[in-house]
Amino acid sequence: MPTLSMTVNGKPVSGEAEGRTLLVQFLRETLRLTGTHVGCDTSQCGACLVHIDGKAVKSCTTLALACAGASITTIEGLARDGKLHPMQEAFRENHGLQCGFCTPGMIMSAIDMVNRKGTDLDEQTIRHELEGNICRCTGYHNIVKSIAAGAAAMGKEGLRQAAE
Amino acid sequence: MSATGIGARVVRKEDHRFITGKGRYVDDINRPGQSHAYFVRSPHAHATIKSVDASEALKKPGVLAVFTGADIAADKIGGLICGWMIHSKDGSPMKAGAHPALAQGKARYVGDHVAVVIAETLAQARDGAEAVVVDYEELPPLPDMTLATAKGAAAIHAEAPDNIVYNWHLGDKAATDAAFAKAKHVTKLDIVNNRLVPNAMEPRAAIGEYDDGDGVFTLYTTSQNPHVARLVLSAFIGIAPENKLRVIAPDVGGGFGSKIFIYAEETICVWAAKKVGRPVKWTADRTEEFLAVAHGRDHLTHAELALDGDNRILGMRVSTKANLGAYLSTFASSVPTYLYAPLLSGQYNIPSIYCEVDGVYTTTAPVDAYRGAGRPEATYVVERLIEVAARERRMDPTAFREMNFVRQFPHQTPVIMMYDAGNYPLALKTAMDMHDVKTFAQRRSESERRGKLRGLGYSAYIEACGIAPSAAVGSLGAGVGLWESAEVRVNPIGTVEVLTGSHAHGQGHETTFAQVVADRLGIPIENVSIVHGDTDKVQMGMGTYGSRSGAVGISAIVKALDKVVAKGKKVASHVLEASEGDIEFKDGQFQVKGTDKKAGFGDIALQAYIAHKFNGQELEPGLKEGAFYDPTNFTFPAGVHICELEIDPSTGATEIKKWTAVDDFGNVINPMIVEGQVHGGIAQGVGQALAEQAVYDKSGQLLTASYMDYCMPRADDLPSFEIGMITTPAPSNPLGLKGCGEAGAIAAPPAVINAITDALGHEDIAMPATPQAVWRACQKRPSRLAAE
Repeated sequence: MPTLSMTVNGKPVSGEAEGRTLLVQFLRETLRLTGTHVGCDTSQCGACLVHIDGKAVKSCTTLALACAGASITTIEGLARDGKLHPMQEAFRENHGLQCGFCTPGMIMSAIDMVNRKGTDLDEQTIRHELEGNICRCTGYHNIVKSIAAGAAAMGKEGLRQAAE
Repeated sequence: MSATGIGARVVRKEDHRFITGKGRYVDDINRPGQSHAYFVRSPHAHATIKSVDASEALKKPGVLAVFTGADIAADKIGGLICGWMIHSKDGSPMKAGAHPALAQGKARYVGDHVAVVIAETLAQARDGAEAVVVDYEELPPLPDMTLATAKGAAAIHAEAPDNIVYNWHLGDKAATDAAFAKAKHVTKLDIVNNRLVPNAMEPRAAIGEYDDGDGVFTLYTTSQNPHVARLVLSAFIGIAPENKLRVIAPDVGGGFGSKIFIYAEETICVWAAKKVGRPVKWTADRTEEFLAVAHGRDHLTHAELALDGDNRILGMRVSTKANLGAYLSTFASSVPTYLYAPLLSGQYNIPSIYCEVDGVYTTTAPVDAYRGAGRPEATYVVERLIEVAARERRMDPTAFREMNFVRQFPHQTPVIMMYDAGNYPLALKTAMDMHDVKTFAQRRSESERRGKLRGLGYSAYIEACGIAPSAAVGSLGAGVGLWESAEVRVNPIGTVEVLTGSHAHGQGHETTFAQVVADRLGIPIENVSIVHGDTDKVQMGMGTYGSRSGAVGISAIVKALDKVVAKGKKVASHVLEASEGDIEFKDGQFQVKGTDKKAGFGDIALQAYIAHKFNGQELEPGLKEGAFYDPTNFTFPAGVHICELEIDPSTGATEIKKWTAVDDFGNVINPMIVEGQVHGGIAQGVGQALAEQAVYDKSGQLLTASYMDYCMPRADDLPSFEIGMITTPAPSNPLGLKGCGEAGAIAAPPAVINAITDALGHEDIAMPATPQAVWRACQKRPSRLAAE
């Protein structure tokens, strides 16, 4: 079996992967990063969404070997020095999750949304951009609120960091 | 109200692990030496299994074992059960065919479990499954109720030669016929309640494990009720006695009813763990989940409403065919009977009701409880009849509802239920005010100027939650009692663990239950931990479904807390040197009445464990109390939802513009969480009304077996919701709670369809009202604009 090396959440990692091993399997089974979930196997639900070299990708339909040398961020890599990412905080503050299964993908998708669309997101934009993430619990109402709040908080944090 | 007490919008305690990727779902767990199971499933809807040849599969790399129905029969593993006995009109018991965990002789739906391959890795198990050769002889597929009940249709189970499981009825037929005989107007409707797939985002999963040393089995499973799973696996399926079987349901990623049931897959994993001497893990992929999870709804109904000359309701007649699928799932028989017909009175005074239900076997996945379970189907019948009757009588639908509302409580309906509290006119008025119904006509005109059709739809729903008292449900055929248990363990420094038989899979019990405990004991919420989902920790429980965790589960906790306080007073009387009757407990302090002598809850807990201040013969040391709580009645959450939508007649696309919900859930522990439950319920109800449909083709293949084919509601299919509440406390439990988990899914479908038919000027459109269906309806739309 080929050995695969990549950077995950800022740390170099390596492990064996078959040709058919999916990135999500490599993350969950080999690296034991089980925050990334499999909800549908067909790229529809987004529970498996991670960032590969800064872009949102569904890891359930990505071959692990195709990610050799890539830099990957998962839900486990968002909090820094025990401090939650503003988007994580926003989901908690706005009750943006219930069973929690879709949540890692939602948060990763939301951060990607902010990266692409900016920190001032209106409801229509958020709902449209969530096309690739399915939640069965929340009816999306509080997810939309969470993302708007998280985006605004990311904006403020960006300004603060720029000021420092 | 304190910042974390009853009624406060407390941010959830459990969220930290979920937002950081540290949730612990079954598939996140790996056990040492674990092997993997993959099921060989029938590709045919109905077939005789002539032989299963595993010889090639067993030669594949990594394959450890292949088991078939013959192996479980040889081990005397019992079939899966249906735990609610329904009797037909003639008194005969329902005709239940056997439901083996691996098919024996016959496969009865596409996805039926024929064999299991166990291998070192999942990939090897899949490869092995492909090498299993099954010789099938196809039988006629009977994927819908019309085919299955046609004359001469093949019997799916020998026990039910005509594929009818029961012909059940409820109500007074003679009185209802008499009411119709004197009616001035009768409204008639044929209704399809579309078949749905629950689709919790976490697919089902199981890990079975066997400890050869102690002879103990452990099952990790995606269950809403691990104790019921243990009971069924022990007492009926015969895996092991209860004291030798531990069932753990850790974080569970949504259930909506589908994870109540005891399925073949977990049964096989726990049984096979001993056979192969290794833990056995199985996780459904989404298509397996579509094929083999219990589906929901699937009713065909003819319903009639009789009115007098003043438009008061005289009676209702309902005849329903309910698709139960190929086997009777755990509570399947109860859903279209006792969870359905007793709700047909809705919020209305209906002097006579008669309902008959045929339960039908078909060659499709089993059908069982899905969010609301029978109550959405009943509400859909009632609220569609009411709306159409009002239109036929040229009455405003709200005025028609108003004049027929139940206004006196308690109110005995003709179909079992005794409504104990409510205020239906207030919910309607509140909802209409919030929604600004007064200005709807302007909004409609504005839509029409843009070539769009705007509609307004109401749904005044009622549901019955708690599903207890036990004796009452027992008299209706339930095989179990539906009480709940709790144990409150106070630690020596005053922190508290509460063990509950309820199970959370998204409902936020770790927060709401802790709020009640913190409020009652006057301690910080951080000092309270809620423990659930493990039969080795919690002695017994009935789990979470039917919106029962508040009304029944929290009530059990309150009862145990009362005992803790009572014991605390005894301890305090020794510590404070006063008589027990003079001790008051308030805001976390035990105090001698009329004095400043007091001790905090934590101090008394410590004294209870040190036991220096009292004689152990007259007062036991320690502070731990348990309770079982059985309510005195069902609870009756009710409310009014208003859906306002706009249709583009050129495409048939429907856009929900505004949604107002006013619900009466009795007292509320955490409004933030309750509102979240309502949001999610509405989304599932809107999904049913506009998008979702499980479709089997004529050969019995499930055409909608992935998210590419089954339309799940997405964020841009839904609006934000306006949520309001009114409160009439439930008299049947100590905190006056009613339950909120299913309300949205019950209320929403008729609100949407009533709005669409209002927009189109039609009497009816079937669910799901997809763009195509709405576009077709638009083509034959009577022109209201022209008429006006």
